[in-house]
Amino acid sequence: MKRELPLFLTAVIGIFMILSFFIPHHLVSVPADFMQATAIVLVACGYVLGGANALKLNSQAIAARQPGWIYKVVLVVSLLITLGVGFVDGMRRQGAFLETGSASDWIYSQIYSPMQSTLFALLAFFIASAAFRAFRIRTVEAGFLAVAALIVMLGRVPIGDVATGFLPEWLRLGTIQEWIMNVPQNAAKRAILIGAALGVMATGLRVILGIERSYLSGEE
Amino acid sequence: MLALLQRLDRRWIFLVMGLLVLGPLLFPIKLPIVVRSPARGFYEAIDALPNGSTILMSCDYDPGAIPEMVPMTRTAFRQLLQKDCKMVVTVLWNAGPGLVDSILRETAREFPGKKYGVDWVNLGYKSGNEAVMVVMGQGIANAFPRDYSGQETRSFPIMKNVRDYGSFPLLVNISAGYPGTKEWVQQVQARFHLRMVAGVTAVSAPEFYPYLQSNQLLGLLGGMAGAAEYEKLRGEEGTATRGMGAQSLGHVFVALMIILGNLARRGTKREGA
Repeated sequence: MKRELPLFLTAVIGIFMILSFFIPHHLVSVPADFMQATAIVLVACGYVLGGANALKLNSQAIAARQPGWIYKVVLVVSLLITLGVGFVDGMRRQGAFLETGSASDWIYSQIYSPMQSTLFALLAFFIASAAFRAFRIRTVEAGFLAVAALIVMLGRVPIGDVATGFLPEWLRLGTIQEWIMNVPQNAAKRAILIGAALGVMATGLRVILGIERSYLSGEE
Repeated sequence: MLALLQRLDRRWIFLVMGLLVLGPLLFPIKLPIVVRSPARGFYEAIDALPNGSTILMSCDYDPGAIPEMVPMTRTAFRQLLQKDCKMVVTVLWNAGPGLVDSILRETAREFPGKKYGVDWVNLGYKSGNEAVMVVMGQGIANAFPRDYSGQETRSFPIMKNVRDYGSFPLLVNISAGYPGTKEWVQQVQARFHLRMVAGVTAVSAPEFYPYLQSNQLLGLLGGMAGAAEYEKLRGEEGTATRGMGAQSLGHVFVALMIILGNLARRGTKREGA
């Protein structure tokens, strides 16, 4: 029963949702709309579960003094402070804890936002280093890839047009990169998209029909 | 020379990259910007809207994407306000609403006559990704019963003529990943036939060219370069245009690193032989 019930529910709801695309009758569309709205509520509940899970796992790691436990202390303390500040703000401002001037807004704009921007800014340095160390041209195919990458990289920024501005229009880096993006890149992307879409359909059907069960406690 | 490259400490690479990015930001280099068709499509789709239209704008990003997303959000919002369009703004990234709200309020201050709730409204964040997009098809206020600051959505004058996707002639999506442009195209454009333009990060732009070619997207801004092209079309000189010098030199340096890295490797192979 522990296995059969989820499989049965998945099959019934899955088939019902597919049918709702093809049957524009209120007997089908109303329950389908309700289920879609329920999905939003379930996702929101997932955030609460996720937060509780993060708190539990990290608290256990701190108690066991696992390697890197000090960083987990930072995580748990930050999580609790942010939650606490949010609750206090929410009570003081009748729920509008995100308003400009609130402590939650300050945490977001003065701590969270700069930290996340800094983290992403570091990518430029690591990409440059990785380009030097890891982008190895070992085969002819890799050579084509490298040439296309260099053309697109330089052609998409103004310096590419400046550097090749003396050439005829069709030989300029900007024009060549546009052709690469519109023709070979687009063809490959379409093939990947179609392949992925077929894969999603097949996986969806396998889940609905109960063939794919890996979502049930990791069962194959 | 090759021996020096083989022993190169990566901190030198970091230093040069830092200087190449910082230099043009402190002392801007003016580079000519060539406007390409995807950016022109974005501009023209908005320009072709009848004045006073109500459009849907979804800003799906967080602070990590500020340099690429904020310039295009600001310019698009400005173009729409100048056309007296009304905007219903949503956010599908949980770390985005605060950032988006501050950009919108800052840009709206340039237009003293425009009022919150009348000319634009920020409905804030809703979790659920694609499910939210689908529920919005049943009614925008169903999915977002309250705005970002907690006021009832239906109480705003702008929402009087807004029911579902059929109320909008255009969807402007500025997105840095999932959920974003791909999901809007698949769940909304294809299903509700809503005309759509998108601004995306440079790294994800190639993914959307098939949608551009099939006219599912009427225009596309790819990263900061796309935002700079859009600013040029609008006759503005914003942060994207000013950032083109730094980005250009950064790209040249990465290209140089690929070439030098391979030269150094070939040198090592020869020595080994």
